[in-house]
Amino acid sequence: MYNEKVMEHFENPRNVGEIAEADGVGQVGNPVCGDIMRISIKVKDDRIQDIKFKTFGCGAAIATSSMVTELVKGKTLDEALAISNRTVADALGGLPPVKMHCSNLAADALHLAIDDYRRRHGQGDGTDASVKDKVAAGSDEDKCPGCCGKIGRAVAEGPRPAE
Amino acid sequence: MTSERVIAGMATSDGGGAGERFRSVYLDHAATTPVRREVAEAMAHYMLTDYGNASSVHSFGRRAAEATEEARARVADLMGARPEEVVFMSGGTEADNMSIRGSLAAYSDRGRHVVTTKIEHHAVLHTCEELEKEGLAEVTYLPVDRTATVDPDDVAKAIRPDTVLVSVMFANNEVGTIQPIMEIGRTCREKGVLFHTDAVQAFGAVPFSVDEMGIDLMSVSSHKLYGPKGVGALYVRKGRRIRPLIHGGGHERKRRAGTSNVPGVVGFGLAAELARKEMDDRVRRLTALRDRLIDGLLGRVEFSHLNGHPTRRLPNNVNVSFEFVEGESILLSLDKKGIAASSGSACTSGSLEPSHVLLAMGIPPEVAHGSVRMTLGTQNTDEDVDYVLEVLPGVIERLRAMSPLHAKAVAERAREAAGRPGERCESGPVTPGAR
Repeated sequence: MYNEKVMEHFENPRNVGEIAEADGVGQVGNPVCGDIMRISIKVKDDRIQDIKFKTFGCGAAIATSSMVTELVKGKTLDEALAISNRTVADALGGLPPVKMHCSNLAADALHLAIDDYRRRHGQGDGTDASVKDKVAAGSDEDKCPGCCGKIGRAVAEGPRPAE
Repeated sequence: MTSERVIAGMATSDGGGAGERFRSVYLDHAATTPVRREVAEAMAHYMLTDYGNASSVHSFGRRAAEATEEARARVADLMGARPEEVVFMSGGTEADNMSIRGSLAAYSDRGRHVVTTKIEHHAVLHTCEELEKEGLAEVTYLPVDRTATVDPDDVAKAIRPDTVLVSVMFANNEVGTIQPIMEIGRTCREKGVLFHTDAVQAFGAVPFSVDEMGIDLMSVSSHKLYGPKGVGALYVRKGRRIRPLIHGGGHERKRRAGTSNVPGVVGFGLAAELARKEMDDRVRRLTALRDRLIDGLLGRVEFSHLNGHPTRRLPNNVNVSFEFVEGESILLSLDKKGIAASSGSACTSGSLEPSHVLLAMGIPPEVAHGSVRMTLGTQNTDEDVDYVLEVLPGVIERLRAMSPLHAKAVAERAREAAGRPGERCESGPVTPGAR
Protein backbone atom coordinates (compact mmCIF):
# COMPACT_ATOMS: atom_id res chain seq x y z
CA MET A 1 0.00 0.00 0.00
CA TYR A 2 2.72 2.49 0.99
CA ASN A 3 6.07 2.79 -0.74
CA GLU A 4 9.34 2.21 1.09
CA LYS A 5 10.02 5.88 1.68
CA VAL A 6 6.66 6.43 3.34
CA MET A 7 7.20 3.36 5.51
CA GLU A 8 10.67 4.53 6.39
CA HIS A 9 9.32 7.89 7.61
CA PHE A 10 6.50 6.11 9.43
CA GLU A 11 8.91 3.86 11.27
CA ASN A 12 11.59 6.45 11.91
CA PRO A 13 9.79 9.76 12.00
CA ARG A 14 12.00 12.85 12.16
CA ASN A 15 11.49 15.68 14.64
CA VAL A 16 8.79 14.17 16.82
CA GLY A 17 7.77 16.22 19.80
CA GLU A 18 6.71 19.64 20.87
CA ILE A 19 8.98 22.66 21.23
CA ALA A 20 8.72 23.86 24.80
CA GLU A 21 8.83 27.56 24.04
CA ALA A 22 7.63 27.59 20.50
CA ASP A 23 7.39 30.75 18.45
CA GLY A 24 4.45 29.40 16.53
CA VAL A 25 2.06 26.46 16.73
CA GLY A 26 -0.35 25.17 14.10
CA GLN A 27 -2.82 22.35 14.31
CA VAL A 28 -5.13 20.84 11.71
CA GLY A 29 -7.50 17.93 11.67
CA ASN A 30 -10.07 16.49 13.96
CA PRO A 31 -10.11 13.36 16.10
CA VAL A 32 -13.45 12.41 14.60
CA CYS A 33 -11.82 12.19 11.17
CA GLY A 34 -8.94 10.25 12.58
CA ASP A 35 -6.17 12.73 11.86
CA ILE A 36 -4.67 15.56 13.90
CA MET A 37 -1.36 17.19 13.09
CA ARG A 38 0.30 19.69 15.36
CA ILE A 39 3.46 21.51 14.38
CA SER A 40 5.52 23.82 16.54
CA ILE A 41 8.35 26.01 15.25
CA LYS A 42 11.23 28.03 16.59
CA VAL A 43 12.12 30.96 14.34
CA LYS A 44 15.40 32.86 14.15
CA ASP A 45 16.29 35.51 11.58
CA ASP A 46 13.16 34.67 9.62
CA ARG A 47 14.29 31.07 9.31
CA ILE A 48 12.85 27.90 10.82
CA GLN A 49 15.54 27.06 13.29
CA ASP A 50 13.73 24.13 14.84
CA ILE A 51 10.49 22.30 14.10
CA LYS A 52 8.68 19.44 15.78
CA PHE A 53 5.44 17.59 15.14
CA LYS A 54 2.92 15.49 16.97
CA THR A 55 0.42 13.53 14.96
CA PHE A 56 -2.55 11.30 15.65
CA GLY A 57 -3.33 9.44 12.47
CA CYS A 58 -2.58 6.75 9.96
CA GLY A 59 0.73 5.83 8.39
CA ALA A 60 0.43 8.56 5.76
CA ALA A 61 -0.40 11.18 8.36
CA ILE A 62 2.72 10.36 10.34
CA ALA A 63 4.97 10.09 7.28
CA THR A 64 3.83 13.41 5.80
CA SER A 65 4.31 15.15 9.14
CA SER A 66 7.81 13.80 9.39
CA MET A 67 8.61 14.76 5.81
CA VAL A 68 7.36 18.33 6.10
CA THR A 69 9.56 18.95 9.12
CA GLU A 70 12.55 17.65 7.22
CA LEU A 71 11.74 19.73 4.15
CA VAL A 72 11.53 23.08 5.92
CA LYS A 73 14.08 22.91 8.69
CA GLY A 74 16.51 25.81 8.10
CA LYS A 75 14.33 27.33 5.36
CA THR A 76 13.05 30.91 5.40
CA LEU A 77 9.42 31.40 6.30
CA ASP A 78 8.54 32.37 2.75
CA GLU A 79 10.25 29.28 1.40
CA ALA A 80 8.33 27.19 3.92
CA LEU A 81 5.05 28.80 2.91
CA ALA A 82 5.70 27.80 -0.68
CA ILE A 83 5.61 24.14 0.30
CA SER A 84 2.22 22.57 -0.30
CA ASN A 85 0.68 19.30 0.72
CA ARG A 86 1.36 18.15 -2.81
CA THR A 87 5.08 18.95 -2.44
CA VAL A 88 5.19 16.82 0.69
CA ALA A 89 3.48 13.88 -1.00
CA ASP A 90 5.85 14.16 -3.97
CA ALA A 91 8.86 14.23 -1.68
CA LEU A 92 7.63 10.94 -0.24
CA GLY A 93 7.45 9.45 -3.72
CA GLY A 94 3.66 9.59 -3.76
CA LEU A 95 0.81 8.43 -1.57
CA PRO A 96 -2.14 6.14 -2.29
CA PRO A 97 -4.88 8.31 -3.90
CA VAL A 98 -7.29 7.99 -0.98
CA LYS A 99 -4.64 9.33 1.38
CA MET A 100 -4.12 12.48 -0.66
CA HIS A 101 -7.42 13.74 0.68
CA CYS A 102 -7.48 12.65 4.28
CA SER A 103 -4.05 12.38 5.67
CA ASN A 104 -1.95 14.83 3.75
CA LEU A 105 -2.36 18.00 5.79
CA ALA A 106 1.07 18.48 7.27
CA ALA A 107 1.87 21.54 5.13
CA ASP A 108 -1.37 23.13 6.29
CA ALA A 109 -0.31 22.66 9.91
CA LEU A 110 3.07 24.20 9.08
CA HIS A 111 1.46 27.21 7.40
CA LEU A 112 -0.74 27.73 10.45
CA ALA A 113 2.31 27.61 12.69
CA ILE A 114 4.02 30.29 10.58
CA ASP A 115 0.84 32.33 10.62
CA ASP A 116 0.76 32.00 14.39
CA TYR A 117 4.37 33.12 14.65
CA ARG A 118 3.79 36.20 12.50
CA ARG A 119 0.71 37.17 14.43
CA ARG A 120 2.52 36.85 17.74
CA HIS A 121 5.41 38.90 16.49
CA GLY A 122 3.37 41.82 15.43
CA GLN A 123 3.46 41.02 11.79
CA GLY A 124 -0.29 41.36 11.83
CA ASP A 125 -3.07 38.88 11.53
CA GLY A 126 -3.35 39.44 7.82
CA THR A 127 0.10 38.37 6.72
CA ASP A 128 -1.18 35.10 5.57
CA ALA A 129 -4.85 35.10 6.37
CA SER A 130 -5.37 33.21 3.15
CA VAL A 131 -3.60 30.25 4.69
CA LYS A 132 -6.07 30.07 7.50
CA ASP A 133 -9.01 30.49 5.18
CA LYS A 134 -7.69 27.81 2.93
CA VAL A 135 -7.14 25.43 5.76
CA ALA A 136 -10.45 26.18 7.40
CA ALA A 137 -12.32 25.61 4.17
CA GLY A 138 -10.22 22.70 3.04
CA SER A 139 -8.31 23.58 -0.07
CA ASP A 140 -9.71 22.32 -3.35
CA GLU A 141 -6.66 20.24 -3.87
CA ASP A 142 -6.97 18.47 -0.59
CA LYS A 143 -10.67 18.48 0.01
CA CYS A 144 -11.90 15.69 2.18
CA PRO A 145 -15.26 14.74 0.68
CA GLY A 146 -16.28 12.62 3.64
CA CYS A 147 -15.97 15.00 6.48
CA CYS A 148 -15.29 18.60 5.38
CA GLY A 149 -18.90 19.44 4.90
CA LYS A 150 -20.17 17.72 7.99
CA ILE A 151 -17.82 18.58 10.76
CA GLY A 152 -15.19 20.87 9.36
CA ARG A 153 -12.04 18.87 9.22
CA ALA A 154 -9.53 21.60 9.92
CA VAL A 155 -9.42 23.23 13.29
CA ALA A 156 -7.25 26.29 13.39
CA GLU A 157 -6.01 26.87 16.87
CA GLY A 158 -5.67 30.38 18.12
CA PRO A 159 -2.52 31.78 19.67
CA ARG A 160 -1.68 30.08 22.89
CA PRO A 161 1.06 30.88 25.32
CA ALA A 162 3.97 28.56 25.12
CA GLU A 163 3.79 26.07 27.95
CA MET B 1 2.00 -24.86 14.05
CA THR B 2 2.51 -21.19 14.52
CA SER B 3 5.31 -21.74 16.99
CA GLU B 4 7.29 -23.34 14.19
CA ARG B 5 6.52 -20.57 11.76
CA VAL B 6 9.29 -18.38 13.02
CA ILE B 7 10.63 -16.58 10.00
CA ALA B 8 13.52 -14.32 9.34
CA GLY B 9 12.37 -10.76 9.75
CA MET B 10 13.10 -7.85 7.47
CA ALA B 11 15.92 -5.70 8.64
CA THR B 12 14.63 -2.40 9.93
CA SER B 13 16.76 0.55 10.76
CA ASP B 14 15.44 0.68 14.30
CA GLY B 15 15.38 -3.05 14.69
CA GLY B 16 18.00 -5.63 15.30
CA GLY B 17 19.45 -5.68 11.81
CA ALA B 18 19.55 -8.33 9.15
CA GLY B 19 19.68 -11.24 11.55
CA GLU B 20 16.56 -10.24 13.48
CA ARG B 21 14.03 -13.01 13.78
CA PHE B 22 10.48 -12.70 14.92
CA ARG B 23 7.37 -14.78 15.08
CA SER B 24 4.73 -14.76 12.41
CA VAL B 25 1.38 -14.58 14.15
CA TYR B 26 -1.79 -14.59 12.09
CA LEU B 27 -4.64 -13.03 14.08
CA ASP B 28 -7.16 -12.31 11.34
CA HIS B 29 -9.21 -15.50 11.31
CA ALA B 30 -12.44 -13.52 11.10
CA ALA B 31 -11.24 -12.33 7.69
CA THR B 32 -10.31 -15.80 6.55
CA THR B 33 -8.69 -18.98 7.80
CA PRO B 34 -5.99 -21.24 6.40
CA VAL B 35 -7.34 -24.35 4.69
CA ARG B 36 -6.69 -27.50 6.70
CA ARG B 37 -4.21 -29.78 4.98
CA GLU B 38 -6.56 -32.77 4.89
CA VAL B 39 -9.23 -30.49 3.43
CA ALA B 40 -6.93 -29.29 0.64
CA GLU B 41 -5.94 -32.89 -0.09
CA ALA B 42 -9.55 -34.04 -0.25
CA MET B 43 -10.29 -31.20 -2.66
CA ALA B 44 -7.34 -32.04 -4.87
CA HIS B 45 -8.83 -35.47 -5.53
CA TYR B 46 -11.92 -33.87 -7.03
CA MET B 47 -9.84 -31.65 -9.26
CA LEU B 48 -7.28 -34.21 -10.42
CA THR B 49 -9.05 -37.57 -10.39
CA ASP B 50 -12.81 -37.45 -9.88
CA TYR B 51 -13.24 -34.21 -11.79
CA GLY B 52 -16.63 -35.02 -13.31
CA ASN B 53 -19.62 -32.70 -13.46
CA ALA B 54 -21.96 -33.72 -10.69
CA SER B 55 -24.91 -33.43 -13.09
CA SER B 56 -23.47 -35.96 -15.56
CA VAL B 57 -24.83 -39.48 -15.88
CA HIS B 58 -21.49 -41.29 -16.25
CA SER B 59 -19.36 -42.69 -13.44
CA PHE B 60 -17.18 -39.56 -13.20
CA GLY B 61 -20.30 -37.51 -12.67
CA ARG B 62 -21.83 -39.98 -10.25
CA ARG B 63 -18.74 -39.98 -8.06
CA ALA B 64 -18.76 -36.18 -8.00
CA ALA B 65 -22.46 -36.17 -7.14
CA GLU B 66 -21.95 -38.68 -4.34
CA ALA B 67 -19.16 -36.57 -2.87
CA THR B 68 -21.38 -33.48 -3.08
CA GLU B 69 -24.19 -35.20 -1.22
CA GLU B 70 -21.83 -36.50 1.44
CA ALA B 71 -20.59 -32.95 1.93
CA ARG B 72 -24.16 -31.68 2.12
CA ALA B 73 -24.90 -34.15 4.89
CA ARG B 74 -21.80 -33.04 6.81
CA VAL B 75 -22.69 -29.35 6.56
CA ALA B 76 -26.28 -30.14 7.55
CA ASP B 77 -25.00 -32.09 10.55
CA LEU B 78 -23.08 -29.11 11.86
CA MET B 79 -26.25 -27.00 11.49
CA GLY B 80 -28.50 -29.55 13.10
CA ALA B 81 -30.43 -29.58 9.83
CA ARG B 82 -31.48 -32.08 7.13
CA PRO B 83 -29.32 -32.37 4.01
CA GLU B 84 -32.11 -31.29 1.65
CA GLU B 85 -32.28 -27.97 3.53
CA VAL B 86 -28.73 -27.04 2.53
CA VAL B 87 -28.22 -25.09 -0.70
CA PHE B 88 -24.60 -24.70 -1.79
CA MET B 89 -23.55 -21.43 -3.37
CA SER B 90 -20.55 -19.11 -3.72
CA GLY B 91 -20.31 -17.90 -0.14
CA GLY B 92 -21.84 -15.96 2.68
CA THR B 93 -22.46 -12.84 0.63
CA GLU B 94 -24.55 -14.68 -1.93
CA ALA B 95 -26.43 -16.48 0.84
CA ASP B 96 -27.27 -13.14 2.49
CA ASN B 97 -28.39 -11.65 -0.82
CA MET B 98 -30.55 -14.64 -1.62
CA SER B 99 -32.12 -14.84 1.85
CA ILE B 100 -33.41 -11.32 1.73
CA ARG B 101 -34.20 -10.83 -1.91
CA GLY B 102 -35.37 -14.41 -2.42
CA SER B 103 -37.75 -14.48 0.52
CA LEU B 104 -39.23 -11.05 -0.24
CA ALA B 105 -39.91 -12.24 -3.79
CA ALA B 106 -41.42 -15.54 -2.64
CA TYR B 107 -43.65 -13.94 0.00
CA SER B 108 -44.59 -10.69 -1.74
CA ASP B 109 -48.24 -11.43 -0.88
CA ARG B 110 -47.40 -10.90 2.80
CA GLY B 111 -45.80 -7.50 2.37
CA ARG B 112 -42.31 -6.11 1.90
CA HIS B 113 -41.15 -5.08 5.35
CA VAL B 114 -37.80 -6.31 6.67
CA VAL B 115 -36.43 -5.93 10.20
CA THR B 116 -32.67 -5.99 10.56
CA THR B 117 -29.98 -4.29 12.65
CA LYS B 118 -27.46 -1.51 12.26
CA ILE B 119 -24.53 -3.84 12.85
CA GLU B 120 -25.11 -6.37 10.08
CA HIS B 121 -22.44 -7.25 7.57
CA HIS B 122 -22.57 -5.12 4.44
CA ALA B 123 -23.82 -8.16 2.53
CA VAL B 124 -27.08 -7.71 4.45
CA LEU B 125 -27.08 -3.92 4.85
CA HIS B 126 -26.28 -3.09 1.24
CA THR B 127 -28.78 -5.66 -0.02
CA CYS B 128 -31.46 -4.02 2.13
CA GLU B 129 -30.49 -0.56 0.93
CA GLU B 130 -30.57 -1.69 -2.68
CA LEU B 131 -34.02 -3.28 -2.25
CA GLU B 132 -35.25 -0.01 -0.69
CA LYS B 133 -33.95 1.90 -3.72
CA GLU B 134 -35.65 -0.53 -6.03
CA GLY B 135 -38.90 0.02 -4.12
CA LEU B 136 -39.05 -3.67 -3.20
CA ALA B 137 -38.55 -3.35 0.54
CA GLU B 138 -39.15 -1.19 3.56
CA VAL B 139 -36.48 -1.80 6.14
CA THR B 140 -36.27 -1.14 9.87
CA TYR B 141 -32.69 -0.99 11.17
CA LEU B 142 -32.65 -1.78 14.88
CA PRO B 143 -30.14 -0.19 17.25
CA VAL B 144 -27.84 -2.12 19.54
CA ASP B 145 -26.58 -1.44 23.04
CA ARG B 146 -23.05 -0.65 24.12
CA THR B 147 -22.06 -4.32 23.84
CA ALA B 148 -23.50 -4.60 20.30
CA THR B 149 -26.42 -6.70 21.55
CA VAL B 150 -29.86 -6.44 19.96
CA ASP B 151 -32.82 -6.34 22.34
CA PRO B 152 -35.31 -9.11 21.41
CA ASP B 153 -38.11 -6.81 22.62
CA ASP B 154 -37.06 -4.29 19.97
CA VAL B 155 -37.40 -7.04 17.37
CA ALA B 156 -40.89 -7.91 18.62
CA LYS B 157 -41.96 -4.25 18.58
CA ALA B 158 -40.62 -3.69 15.08
CA ILE B 159 -42.58 -6.55 13.50
CA ARG B 160 -45.63 -5.29 11.59
CA PRO B 161 -48.47 -7.09 9.82
CA ASP B 162 -46.58 -6.66 6.53
CA THR B 163 -43.24 -7.90 7.88
CA VAL B 164 -41.87 -10.75 5.80
CA LEU B 165 -38.44 -11.27 7.28
CA VAL B 166 -36.31 -10.59 10.32
CA SER B 167 -32.57 -10.74 9.65
CA VAL B 168 -30.25 -10.61 12.67
CA MET B 169 -26.70 -11.85 12.54
CA PHE B 170 -25.71 -14.71 14.82
CA ALA B 171 -22.43 -13.15 15.91
CA ASN B 172 -20.88 -9.89 14.85
CA ASN B 173 -17.82 -10.10 12.63
CA GLU B 174 -16.06 -7.11 14.16
CA VAL B 175 -16.69 -7.26 17.88
CA GLY B 176 -17.78 -10.90 18.19
CA THR B 177 -20.95 -10.27 20.19
CA ILE B 178 -23.33 -13.25 20.05
CA GLN B 179 -26.96 -12.21 19.69
CA PRO B 180 -29.89 -13.63 21.69
CA ILE B 181 -30.79 -15.81 18.71
CA MET B 182 -33.05 -18.19 20.62
CA GLU B 183 -35.27 -15.36 21.88
CA ILE B 184 -35.39 -13.66 18.50
CA GLY B 185 -36.21 -16.98 16.82
CA ARG B 186 -39.04 -17.57 19.26
CA THR B 187 -40.44 -14.09 18.65
CA CYS B 188 -40.39 -14.60 14.89
CA ARG B 189 -42.12 -17.96 15.23
CA GLU B 190 -44.85 -16.44 17.42
CA LYS B 191 -45.39 -13.56 15.01
CA GLY B 192 -45.30 -15.80 11.96
CA VAL B 193 -42.42 -14.10 10.15
CA LEU B 194 -39.33 -15.65 8.61
CA PHE B 195 -36.11 -15.50 10.58
CA HIS B 196 -32.80 -15.25 8.75
CA THR B 197 -29.45 -15.18 10.49
CA ASP B 198 -26.05 -14.45 9.00
CA ALA B 199 -24.02 -17.06 10.82
CA VAL B 200 -20.87 -16.67 8.76
CA GLN B 201 -18.68 -15.94 11.80
CA ALA B 202 -20.40 -18.29 14.23
CA PHE B 203 -20.76 -21.40 12.07
CA GLY B 204 -18.12 -23.88 13.16
CA ALA B 205 -17.17 -21.66 16.09
CA VAL B 206 -20.07 -22.44 18.42
CA PRO B 207 -22.61 -25.32 18.55
CA PHE B 208 -25.72 -24.95 16.40
CA SER B 209 -29.25 -26.20 16.26
CA VAL B 210 -31.43 -24.50 13.69
CA ASP B 211 -34.53 -26.15 15.12
CA GLU B 212 -33.98 -25.08 18.71
CA MET B 213 -33.02 -21.62 17.58
CA GLY B 214 -36.08 -21.17 15.39
CA ILE B 215 -34.01 -20.32 12.34
CA ASP B 216 -35.68 -20.39 8.91
CA LEU B 217 -32.78 -19.18 6.79
CA MET B 218 -29.09 -19.12 7.62
CA SER B 219 -26.01 -17.97 5.70
CA VAL B 220 -22.73 -19.79 6.23
CA SER B 221 -19.34 -19.73 4.57
CA SER B 222 -16.59 -22.30 4.21
CA HIS B 223 -13.48 -20.15 4.43
CA LYS B 224 -14.18 -19.03 7.97
CA LEU B 225 -13.90 -22.61 9.27
CA TYR B 226 -10.66 -23.78 7.64
CA GLY B 227 -12.34 -24.65 4.35
CA PRO B 228 -11.77 -23.14 0.89
CA LYS B 229 -12.90 -19.71 -0.29
CA GLY B 230 -15.63 -19.35 -2.90
CA VAL B 231 -18.11 -21.75 -1.34
CA GLY B 232 -20.83 -21.32 1.22
CA ALA B 233 -24.38 -22.39 1.85
CA LEU B 234 -27.83 -21.17 2.65
CA TYR B 235 -29.93 -23.18 5.03
CA VAL B 236 -33.59 -23.08 3.98
CA ARG B 237 -36.02 -24.69 6.41
CA LYS B 238 -38.20 -27.32 4.80
CA GLY B 239 -41.48 -25.78 3.69
CA ARG B 240 -40.10 -22.23 3.42
CA ARG B 241 -40.16 -20.83 -0.09
CA ILE B 242 -37.37 -18.87 -1.68
CA ARG B 243 -36.90 -17.45 -5.17
CA PRO B 244 -33.51 -18.10 -6.78
CA LEU B 245 -31.14 -15.25 -7.56
CA ILE B 246 -29.22 -17.11 -10.25
CA HIS B 247 -31.05 -18.74 -13.10
CA GLY B 248 -29.87 -21.51 -15.40
CA GLY B 249 -29.77 -25.26 -14.95
CA GLY B 250 -31.70 -27.12 -12.29
CA HIS B 251 -28.84 -27.48 -9.85
CA GLU B 252 -29.35 -27.50 -6.08
CA ARG B 253 -33.02 -28.50 -6.44
CA LYS B 254 -33.62 -25.54 -8.75
CA ARG B 255 -32.61 -23.10 -6.04
CA ARG B 256 -29.14 -22.18 -7.27
CA ALA B 257 -28.16 -22.70 -10.90
CA GLY B 258 -24.57 -23.30 -11.93
CA THR B 259 -22.30 -26.32 -12.14
CA SER B 260 -21.56 -27.60 -8.66
CA ASN B 261 -18.23 -26.48 -7.27
CA VAL B 262 -17.43 -30.07 -6.33
CA PRO B 263 -13.91 -29.56 -4.93
CA GLY B 264 -15.09 -26.53 -2.96
CA VAL B 265 -18.16 -28.29 -1.61
CA VAL B 266 -16.13 -31.37 -0.67
CA GLY B 267 -13.64 -29.16 1.16
CA PHE B 268 -16.45 -27.32 2.94
CA GLY B 269 -18.03 -30.62 3.96
CA LEU B 270 -14.83 -31.96 5.43
CA ALA B 271 -14.08 -28.67 7.19
CA ALA B 272 -17.58 -28.77 8.73
CA GLU B 273 -17.05 -32.37 9.83
CA LEU B 274 -13.75 -31.45 11.49
CA ALA B 275 -15.37 -28.45 13.17
CA ARG B 276 -18.11 -30.67 14.57
CA LYS B 277 -15.66 -33.23 15.93
CA GLU B 278 -13.27 -30.66 17.37
CA MET B 279 -15.89 -28.17 18.55
CA ASP B 280 -15.53 -28.60 22.31
CA ASP B 281 -11.77 -28.58 22.17
CA ARG B 282 -11.63 -25.51 19.91
CA VAL B 283 -14.09 -23.54 22.03
CA ARG B 284 -12.18 -24.34 25.21
CA ARG B 285 -8.73 -23.57 23.79
CA LEU B 286 -9.71 -20.39 21.94
CA THR B 287 -11.73 -19.00 24.83
CA ALA B 288 -8.75 -19.39 27.14
CA LEU B 289 -6.40 -17.70 24.65
CA ARG B 290 -8.94 -14.96 24.01
CA ASP B 291 -9.44 -14.11 27.65
CA ARG B 292 -5.73 -14.16 28.35
CA LEU B 293 -5.13 -11.79 25.45
CA ILE B 294 -7.95 -9.44 26.50
CA ASP B 295 -6.94 -9.35 30.15
CA GLY B 296 -3.28 -8.98 29.25
CA LEU B 297 -3.89 -6.05 26.94
CA LEU B 298 -6.30 -4.18 29.20
CA GLY B 299 -3.95 -4.74 32.11
CA ARG B 300 -0.83 -3.60 30.29
CA VAL B 301 -2.12 -0.63 28.30
CA GLU B 302 -3.89 2.26 29.96
CA PHE B 303 -6.71 4.04 28.13
CA SER B 304 -7.73 0.78 26.43
CA HIS B 305 -11.21 -0.72 26.28
CA LEU B 306 -12.73 -3.99 25.19
CA ASN B 307 -15.28 -3.59 22.41
CA GLY B 308 -18.22 -5.99 22.39
CA HIS B 309 -19.73 -8.17 25.07
CA PRO B 310 -17.30 -9.40 27.75
CA THR B 311 -18.66 -12.95 27.84
CA ARG B 312 -21.31 -13.43 25.15
CA ARG B 313 -18.74 -13.20 22.37
CA LEU B 314 -17.15 -15.53 19.84
CA PRO B 315 -14.43 -17.69 21.41
CA ASN B 316 -11.82 -16.28 19.05
CA ASN B 317 -12.65 -12.56 19.00
CA VAL B 318 -10.61 -9.84 20.68
CA ASN B 319 -11.47 -6.24 19.80
CA VAL B 320 -9.79 -3.50 21.79
CA SER B 321 -9.75 0.28 21.32
CA PHE B 322 -6.59 2.12 22.23
CA GLU B 323 -7.34 5.77 22.76
CA PHE B 324 -5.25 8.55 21.18
CA VAL B 325 -3.84 6.35 18.41
CA GLU B 326 -5.14 5.38 15.03
CA GLY B 327 -5.80 1.81 13.91
CA GLU B 328 -3.91 1.75 10.64
CA SER B 329 -0.75 2.95 12.36
CA ILE B 330 -1.13 0.13 14.84
CA LEU B 331 -1.66 -2.46 12.10
CA LEU B 332 1.37 -1.28 10.13
CA SER B 333 3.50 -1.42 13.26
CA LEU B 334 2.23 -4.89 14.19
CA ASP B 335 2.75 -6.14 10.66
CA LYS B 336 6.39 -5.09 10.88
CA LYS B 337 6.64 -7.40 13.89
CA GLY B 338 4.95 -10.26 12.06
CA ILE B 339 1.51 -9.84 13.63
CA ALA B 340 -1.49 -9.74 11.28
CA ALA B 341 -4.60 -8.03 12.68
CA SER B 342 -7.36 -5.71 11.46
CA SER B 343 -9.02 -2.49 12.56
CA GLY B 344 -12.28 -0.59 12.43
CA SER B 345 -10.60 2.72 11.66
CA ALA B 346 -11.66 4.70 8.61
CA CYS B 347 -8.30 4.18 6.99
CA THR B 348 -8.66 0.44 7.07
CA SER B 349 -12.37 0.17 6.39
CA GLY B 350 -11.84 1.58 2.93
CA SER B 351 -14.22 4.43 3.64
CA LEU B 352 -13.95 7.79 5.31
CA GLU B 353 -15.75 6.81 8.45
CA PRO B 354 -14.85 4.32 11.13
CA SER B 355 -16.67 1.02 11.47
CA HIS B 356 -20.48 1.27 11.33
CA VAL B 357 -20.59 -1.41 14.03
CA LEU B 358 -18.52 0.55 16.54
CA LEU B 359 -20.46 3.75 15.81
CA ALA B 360 -23.79 1.91 16.24
CA MET B 361 -22.55 0.75 19.66
CA GLY B 362 -22.18 4.40 20.63
CA ILE B 363 -18.41 4.36 20.64
CA PRO B 364 -17.09 7.85 19.80
CA PRO B 365 -15.47 8.03 16.35
CA GLU B 366 -12.08 8.98 17.78
CA VAL B 367 -12.09 5.84 19.94
CA ALA B 368 -13.37 3.71 17.06
CA HIS B 369 -10.38 4.90 15.00
CA GLY B 370 -8.10 3.25 17.54
CA SER B 371 -9.72 -0.17 17.45
CA VAL B 372 -7.80 -3.34 16.73
CA ARG B 373 -9.44 -6.67 16.03
CA MET B 374 -7.44 -9.81 16.69
CA THR B 375 -9.20 -13.05 15.84
CA LEU B 376 -7.57 -16.25 16.99
CA GLY B 377 -7.46 -19.56 15.18
CA THR B 378 -6.78 -23.19 15.90
CA GLN B 379 -3.10 -22.80 15.08
CA ASN B 380 -2.50 -20.02 17.58
CA THR B 381 -0.67 -20.89 20.76
CA ASP B 382 0.01 -19.49 24.20
CA GLU B 383 3.36 -18.32 22.87
CA ASP B 384 1.58 -16.30 20.18
CA VAL B 385 -0.47 -14.55 22.86
CA ASP B 386 2.70 -13.93 24.89
CA TYR B 387 4.34 -12.43 21.84
CA VAL B 388 1.43 -10.06 21.16
CA LEU B 389 1.38 -9.03 24.82
CA GLU B 390 5.08 -8.32 24.56
CA VAL B 391 4.90 -6.34 21.30
CA LEU B 392 1.60 -4.46 21.35
CA PRO B 393 2.06 -2.27 24.43
CA GLY B 394 5.31 -0.96 22.95
CA VAL B 395 3.61 -0.20 19.64
CA ILE B 396 0.89 1.77 21.40
CA GLU B 397 3.44 3.57 23.53
CA ARG B 398 5.49 4.61 20.50
CA LEU B 399 2.43 5.94 18.67
CA ARG B 400 1.11 7.71 21.74
CA ALA B 401 4.43 9.45 22.18
CA MET B 402 3.72 10.94 18.75
CA SER B 403 0.07 11.74 19.44
CA PRO B 404 -0.97 15.24 20.48
CA LEU B 405 -4.10 13.77 22.06
CA HIS B 406 -2.26 11.59 24.50
CA ALA B 407 -0.22 14.38 26.08
CA LYS B 408 -3.39 16.40 26.47
CA ALA B 409 -5.25 13.55 28.16
CA VAL B 410 -2.39 12.84 30.53
CA ALA B 411 -2.18 16.52 31.44
CA GLU B 412 -5.94 16.64 32.01
CA ARG B 413 -5.77 13.64 34.24
CA ALA B 414 -2.98 15.20 36.25
CA ARG B 415 -5.05 18.36 36.65
CA GLU B 416 -8.05 16.34 37.76
CA ALA B 417 -5.94 14.40 40.21
CA ALA B 418 -4.79 17.73 41.60
CA GLY B 419 -8.43 18.64 42.14
CA ARG B 420 -8.56 21.21 39.38
CA PRO B 421 -10.78 19.81 36.67
CA GLY B 422 -9.37 20.95 33.37
CA GLU B 423 -11.07 21.86 30.18
CA ARG B 424 -12.79 18.75 28.81
CA CYS B 425 -12.42 17.50 25.31
CA GLU B 426 -15.67 18.25 23.48
CA SER B 427 -16.41 14.65 22.68
CA GLY B 428 -14.57 13.08 25.54
CA PRO B 429 -13.86 9.40 25.10
CA VAL B 430 -16.19 7.12 26.99
CA THR B 431 -15.36 3.68 28.23
CA PRO B 432 -17.05 1.18 25.96
CA GLY B 433 -17.84 -2.36 26.99
CA ALA B 434 -16.28 -2.08 30.39
CA ARG B 435 -15.41 -5.47 31.76
